[in-house]
Amino acid sequence: MGLSIKLEIYEGPLDLLLHLIKKNEVDIYDIPIASITDQYLDYLKVMEAFSIEVAGEFLLMAATLIQIKSRMLLPVLESEEEGGEDPRLALIRPLLEHMKLKDAAEILAGREILDRDVFSRTTALSELGIEDEEQLVPVSLFELMDSFRRLLTRIETAGGLEIVLETRNIEDRIREIINMLKKSVKAEFEELFAQDRSRAELILTFLALLELARVGVLRLFQDPATSRIHVFYLEGRPPIIPLAGLNGPVSEAVESEAGDPENEDPAP
Amino acid sequence: MSISLKTIIEGLLFVADAPLTAERIAQVTEGTPKERVQKVLDELEAEYEEMGRAFVLKNVAGGYQFRSRPELSSYILMLKQKPPTRLSRAALETLAMIAYRQPILRAEIEKTRGVDVAGTIKTLLERDLIRIMGRQDLPGRPILYGTTKKFLEVFGLPSLEALPTLEEMDTLGMGEEEELLF
Repeated sequence: MGLSIKLEIYEGPLDLLLHLIKKNEVDIYDIPIASITDQYLDYLKVMEAFSIEVAGEFLLMAATLIQIKSRMLLPVLESEEEGGEDPRLALIRPLLEHMKLKDAAEILAGREILDRDVFSRTTALSELGIEDEEQLVPVSLFELMDSFRRLLTRIETAGGLEIVLETRNIEDRIREIINMLKKSVKAEFEELFAQDRSRAELILTFLALLELARVGVLRLFQDPATSRIHVFYLEGRPPIIPLAGLNGPVSEAVESEAGDPENEDPAP
Repeated sequence: MSISLKTIIEGLLFVADAPLTAERIAQVTEGTPKERVQKVLDELEAEYEEMGRAFVLKNVAGGYQFRSRPELSSYILMLKQKPPTRLSRAALETLAMIAYRQPILRAEIEKTRGVDVAGTIKTLLERDLIRIMGRQDLPGRPILYGTTKKFLEVFGLPSLEALPTLEEMDTLGMGEEEELLF
């Protein structure tokens, strides 16, 4: 039995005193102060022997105990007996309070504690399959733009011939993204653009993502370590919200958003 | 199919991710008097308890929330693969003191616990279990602490009044006797 471990239990002098009282099986209202004081001081000696820094509170209590002990040794004069308080009262009150506090702590510990004994339905990130939620931070607009710019340059440098026969609109793309995320719940930002072969398609996907994030169907998070952006689908939300003003063919949106004169739009 | 108020409220409770108050339900179910909502909530609470399903409706932090039965905790913890809520004894004692005696000063807690509680208070603040309620009009304007709504949620309490009473807690006059040595 390691003494150091035993000593660790006593967080404060009151804990130690309570232990001694229990160990000696004495009445808290009639503490044999001389014997308890000796045992208390023995513990402090042991703590010193183990080079454990004895906190000031322990020393204060030691002083209090010795003071009470010496007062108990003094003969009580007849005249004082009625008015004079038992000097041990100064010890009993804080001890009783300490015991009550321990009871109160026990009551709390014994309750049905959330996420220990009982659980509620949540939309916590952990339920979305994020292993390390602390590591992900909400993505800022600038970082989103940066990621998108990287995708755009990739398309441009790929040097493929851009043939645009796109008549899909943003609502189609939103539906596709939702269907995709419904299966996997989460995706990497780049994954969602994997099928896009033209600037117009990239922009369409990007606009769809922004709209979905705006209405709260999905959330975007970034891993600060890799600066990768993750997209999470929030289930239980209304999947499609009517998009006012975004119903036109994608080419219009592309023209106004990107303003790219090289883009040969089939739009009227 | 006509939908009863009970079904509507049950549905709202099912999707809510925080305890739902009768006020909020009354708002959502346009014009339903709060008393009627409360009556339905009481009925639902009793029905779920009686049904013996895996979850029950609990009155916590002023609202109502579905919660799993404690008997299932070990399985749920396996599913979640997350460590359960843990509070050290020091944290529990400090939290108990704050819960029962709020608003309370750090010095008062230290007097009863007999040790420094600055670190514990910081942890409890970070975990949103306690909050700063204000400052005492004393030299140095010390901070007064109290518990949060999250505290009620975590410990499954409808309100602070629902805290189990501690016998003699008051008759002992905790902290009020100035002749105490600590």
